[in-house]
Amino acid sequence: MANHEVTTIDGNEACAYVAYRVNEICGIYPITPSSTMAELADQWASEGKANIWGNVPQVIEMQSEAGAAGAVHGALQTGALTTTFTASQGLMLMIPNMYKIAGELTAAVFHVAARSLAAQGLSIFGDHQDVMAVRSTGFALLSASSVQEAHDMSLIAQAAALESRIPFIHFFDGFRTSHEVNKLELLSDDEIRAMIREDLVLAHRARALTPEHPFIRGTAQNPDVYFQARETVNRFYDACPGIVAKVMERFGDLTGRHYHLFDYFGDPEAERVLIIMGSGADIARETVEYLAARGEKVGAVQVHLYRPFAADAFLASLPKTTKSIAVLDRTKEPGSTGEPMYLDVVTTLATAQASGTLGLAAMPRVIGGRYGLSSKDFTPAMAKGVLDELKKADPKNGFTVGITDDVTHKSIDYDPTFRVVGKGVVRALFFGLGADGTVGANKNTIKIIGEDPEFYAQGYFVYDSKKSGSQTVSHVRFGPDPIRSSYLIEKADFIGCHQFNFLEKADVLGPADEGATLLLNAPYGPDEIWDHLPRVVQEQIIAKKLPFYVIDAYKVARETGMGTRTNTIMQTCFFAISGVMPRDRAIEKIKASIKKTYRLKGDEVVRKNFEAVDHTLAHLHKVEVPAAATSARELPPTVSVAAPDFVKNVTAMMMAGRGDELPVSAMPIDGTYPSATTKWEKRNISLFVPIWEPDICIQCGNCSFVCPHSVIRSKFYNETMLADAPGAFKSAPIDARGFPDTRYTLQIYLEDCTGCGLCVEVCPAKSKEQSGMKAINMRPKEPVLEAERANISFFETLPVNDRGRVDFSTVRGSQFLEPLFEFSGACAGCGETPYVKLLSQLFGDRLTVANATGCSSIYGGNLPTTPWAQNAEGRGPAWSNSLFEDNAEFGLGFRLSADKHLEIATALTKQFQAELGTDLVEETLNAPQRTEVEIRLQRARVAELKKRLSAIEGDKAQSLMSVIDHLVRRSVWIIGGDGWAYDIGYGGVDHVLSTGRDVNILVMDTEVYSNTGGQMSKSTPTAAIAKFAAAGKQVAKKDLALQAISYGNVYVARVAMGANPQQTLLAFREAETYPGPSLILAYSHCIAHGINMQNGLKQQSLAVHSGYWPLVRYNPAVRESGENPFVLDSQRPRIPLKDYAYNELRYRMLTRTNPEAADRLMAMAQEQVHRKWEVYEEMATRG
Amino acid sequence: MVDLSTTYMGLPLKHPVVASASPLSESADGIKRLEDGGAAAVVMFSLFEEQLQHESEAFEHLTTSGTESFPESLTYFPEVEDYHVGPDRYLDLIRRASEACDIPVIGSLNGITSRGWVDTARQMQDAGAKGIELNVYYIPADLGMTGREVEDRYVDVLAAVKQAVTIPVAMKLSPFFSAMGDMARRLDGAGADALVLFNRFYQPDFDLDKLEVKPNLNLSTATEIRLPLLWIAILYGRIRPSLAATTGVHGVEEAIKYLMAGADAVMSTSALLKHGPGFTTTLVNGIRDWMEVRDYDSIQQMKGSMSQKNVADPTAFERANYIKILESYKSDFAA
Repeated sequence: MANHEVTTIDGNEACAYVAYRVNEICGIYPITPSSTMAELADQWASEGKANIWGNVPQVIEMQSEAGAAGAVHGALQTGALTTTFTASQGLMLMIPNMYKIAGELTAAVFHVAARSLAAQGLSIFGDHQDVMAVRSTGFALLSASSVQEAHDMSLIAQAAALESRIPFIHFFDGFRTSHEVNKLELLSDDEIRAMIREDLVLAHRARALTPEHPFIRGTAQNPDVYFQARETVNRFYDACPGIVAKVMERFGDLTGRHYHLFDYFGDPEAERVLIIMGSGADIARETVEYLAARGEKVGAVQVHLYRPFAADAFLASLPKTTKSIAVLDRTKEPGSTGEPMYLDVVTTLATAQASGTLGLAAMPRVIGGRYGLSSKDFTPAMAKGVLDELKKADPKNGFTVGITDDVTHKSIDYDPTFRVVGKGVVRALFFGLGADGTVGANKNTIKIIGEDPEFYAQGYFVYDSKKSGSQTVSHVRFGPDPIRSSYLIEKADFIGCHQFNFLEKADVLGPADEGATLLLNAPYGPDEIWDHLPRVVQEQIIAKKLPFYVIDAYKVARETGMGTRTNTIMQTCFFAISGVMPRDRAIEKIKASIKKTYRLKGDEVVRKNFEAVDHTLAHLHKVEVPAAATSARELPPTVSVAAPDFVKNVTAMMMAGRGDELPVSAMPIDGTYPSATTKWEKRNISLFVPIWEPDICIQCGNCSFVCPHSVIRSKFYNETMLADAPGAFKSAPIDARGFPDTRYTLQIYLEDCTGCGLCVEVCPAKSKEQSGMKAINMRPKEPVLEAERANISFFETLPVNDRGRVDFSTVRGSQFLEPLFEFSGACAGCGETPYVKLLSQLFGDRLTVANATGCSSIYGGNLPTTPWAQNAEGRGPAWSNSLFEDNAEFGLGFRLSADKHLEIATALTKQFQAELGTDLVEETLNAPQRTEVEIRLQRARVAELKKRLSAIEGDKAQSLMSVIDHLVRRSVWIIGGDGWAYDIGYGGVDHVLSTGRDVNILVMDTEVYSNTGGQMSKSTPTAAIAKFAAAGKQVAKKDLALQAISYGNVYVARVAMGANPQQTLLAFREAETYPGPSLILAYSHCIAHGINMQNGLKQQSLAVHSGYWPLVRYNPAVRESGENPFVLDSQRPRIPLKDYAYNELRYRMLTRTNPEAADRLMAMAQEQVHRKWEVYEEMATRG
Repeated sequence: MVDLSTTYMGLPLKHPVVASASPLSESADGIKRLEDGGAAAVVMFSLFEEQLQHESEAFEHLTTSGTESFPESLTYFPEVEDYHVGPDRYLDLIRRASEACDIPVIGSLNGITSRGWVDTARQMQDAGAKGIELNVYYIPADLGMTGREVEDRYVDVLAAVKQAVTIPVAMKLSPFFSAMGDMARRLDGAGADALVLFNRFYQPDFDLDKLEVKPNLNLSTATEIRLPLLWIAILYGRIRPSLAATTGVHGVEEAIKYLMAGADAVMSTSALLKHGPGFTTTLVNGIRDWMEVRDYDSIQQMKGSMSQKNVADPTAFERANYIKILESYKSDFAA
């Protein structure tokens, strides 16, 4: 057996490493948490890395997982070794092809990072719902429990698929395994070659479609033969487990790592046995080995091959002494008599018992239960809880573990304090911000420790669901033996708190074990820090006897030119204090790691990091801890006492990181949640906020218009209302004639501000005395925070301006409309949310929104808090997200309902004409509703109708009451990103546009899949790089506008708020008013463009000036009056494309990796701009 | 036949017209076009250490912004193995241009740290540069800094680079020294192989529409030759390093004036940008024609003929020069 190369990587890489080497084609599509596997395959292919046959696999991104499965199927049928990587909804989209691939006995492996399915809510996290949903397709299901197994099972699956001709799903737990970083032994190419039999590869090729030996496959079959033909595959399924077992044996001989279809751990004479697969199996193993060593008769069977289910092998794996069994399924099958694996076990045992082959003293008691849905942590305490349940005379069947089910009482109790700690294992928890680089540093730390032959290391990282100011918790273990503890650290020996204010927000020291070391980054020295700690923190430090170290890492970062990146500084502190290795050796290794990590980024970056390391230790101090707590300061409540009960009782728990404690009864039963909850969060993530200068302000509304987080609000009001205003409340005379008594206020909600600075960039008003001073400027928040809180409270008492008195047609006027989308968790400076906010301002009180999965559905609908809000009347946008691929159709459904219910309401209103009043009915049913004034009038009529209707009894009257609100025109908007509109949902978008129905489609075009991390879409422009287009996009972006225009009856606009906000406003209003389908393509700058987001609007403007993003409106409504429906709203290109493009890393990167290709592609892109402009100009001028 | 050959910073040139640092030298093809256009040597566009640092930092910042924050998008860009933020591209260009051209290719460097100057100069030499022009651009905005300290910076940089390389090194200077003559002598003492007079460095402008300070660099005009002309004429023959003139060479006349003042080479940027690389040949032909008409045998003969050392009235280059202008002003325009 060869000495193995050892490395420290995550489960996705471990799997892809093998999958890439044993395939010729990868058909891919991004989906969390499997995207990394596809990205790595694409990256390796672009680097020219070869598979084991010496050729570079072709990697092709498709428009959806359905497309990927189709391409995979085609490639397999024509003889290529082909794979794909997916998860969750992606796997669902592959199902039709999976039946085909299996039915045709095609050797292939799909690698799945198993993930929850969207049900009452979407979840990106891990469980087995997706793989369980495809268990009937005919694919074999092979499960890996760890990073090492994800590596090994990839190869075992491939070898077994080729030999058995049965396609395999190789799966491992999404996030828990796919994203866990752990030390593993790498398979060498020779070992991989030794496992893949060349004769089977040739046999696979020989089965390919070829005109040299023509046949047909994929016939349509009739009732006479389909059934028999379906049964032909049986023998292959019968043989499959034996083949897998032999492959595992061969693998074991080759590598020394021995696996079986079912692996048993624990006492050989166990009486109570767990059956489990996936990462939970490692926890079960850890638990039963711990308990067995203490004399308990317990064991666990780890399932590797779940389909085909090898009954004999399963029975053989059970100790003869088994008396009771608990089957743990990480999935839910509502309405079933049990979850799938439970049913398989019960059937197997019952069948064996009936046939006399059971081999046990008696038929064991079997219970089944669910655990760990959506990455709910599964711990040794829970595993023990299940084993304890088996001790009971009447153990609960169909149980759940890890939650409190106080409704149907299916959950079992367990002792949460039970822990299994491996000998010599050190557990460290690090609390950081996404922006401070904590996770990256910890990944390096794990690599550094993992490289040491004496150590094993493991890391798992928990992120929150915000894209700005997000918090991270790194769970890091290291020790002398392999680490299988695939669950979060509950008690830590080391706590690194990398942000001082976290002590106020979360129970950072709760997980500290007694005597654990505390490292705190704080802006205070060792002598003053104690007095700045909240009382509860002081008490914990004293009670747990925590050695306490403090460093002002931001100061060190500033002094060494690191900005806000404190990662290497805190990493150095960790090594210095933890004693994991001698300081000098640790620093040497940190520096080597820095050099490796930052080498490509230039000497300067390396040098600064070195300098930061060198300066760290002088600033690290041990704190003398007093004997008693001295602080009187208690932690503030998570949310205001003024918040609604649901927010206080449920939302606040999630916000505080205590959502796991919520019982079933606290949860809405059908995924329905109250809107307008972000306003209770007050995240305070930016130290700098905009401050308004009333004397300089020209009240244009631009700052408010572009604010991505709805932080800047304006109101006008009679000056008498200022009587009770706080002293610091700012106002100015309104800049409009004829309103001498009216004041204007621009109020900044600074606790909700992300500090992006877009408002300052867009502000046109400048001080005459001081260059650079504008009407709005970024200033430190702290000095004004208290005063501004009072100002905001007062501002909220001022009446919201009457929508009937506001000029909707101007940017300035529109900003007096209340935003009903506020304080989202989008990136600071997001280019999408200003459009969403505008939508909510213009039409929010009658708006229904269908939102495609993606960034907008995450910042729009990810718990704990959601930004869609409501006005004082209780009206506001009604929002829902169905899926990624079906959003246009989903939104069309909204329209169909609205139209149908309008039809019913109209008919019933007519029927009640006499009772309701003929004039009122006539007026209501014939009222125009295109302008806001007309809408307000209609609302008044409907209110009156409802009043009169309430006096009428009977079913019909009730029926009318249930739909009468539809007499006020509903505004249906279908929104999403380019990944949806250009790729996966394009068919739906196209079809919905073709229906002629009155829906409005808003595409927030970031030109990549932003939410999954910047993969290429068909909107990605020529010459830009993206994931899956590392060599630069070679073809032009799809012109969705022209395609929609070709229908002739679709309103189409292309807008860019940063270039022409007035045109954006006009397009939104025209689209909404147009009584047919509308499509707006909105330029949305994005963090994935590689720009300073503060320059986002400037980039929008340059995109327009270069002619890359021509502003257009195509309004079929004006055709009737003889006008040209196509209007070009931007001027001829004034700057070369590169003057816009090369401000962005996505374009510039190619000039550094492949300058010749960059030049060629940029020339091509420029030519495309010219050609497109000519077409547009022709359309605009032909009349 | 007129002999147009000259020697500049120890490099024999077939004539004195050199293409100066400009966007035309940003590609190997561009440098080749400059050679084909007739340039006797090419000074490449300046490599700014500050820019490299900025780009390195920007790359680091932009590739890490928003990463490791949200579980679905832990990164936003593909991993690349061959991204070059250092001087690699520039060095590669020197390498390719040196291989493709017969004329000397001179690297141009603007550093900000001693390591940046020295390391990069050495790398340029290794890449095949025939000489290095140090484009020292420094505005002593620190009001506490003395003239001597400023001068020392120049001398120190030069000395460090000279120690690191064996190829000739030129200093491109601004005119803002209290005693340019002494400065030139100090640089001579530190080993300069040439002085290039003068660089036209960044001078901020105001944008009155936006009320912002903005960078601005206009192309030179022919009238700007006076200051370099003055100092070349004064320095000629009195210091060891070659002299190159680099501002305002828009036509034959300016080139000839510079040569007569004592320049070993005349450099052109604006005119080449305006008229294309082939304009060098126009200049060279013009110089030759002018010399032939006036029976000059060689550049060597003409060089420095109007320098302070050689003119009949050396004080014409000093205060008298000023008086003369005023006088001529009177006579031309006074009634």
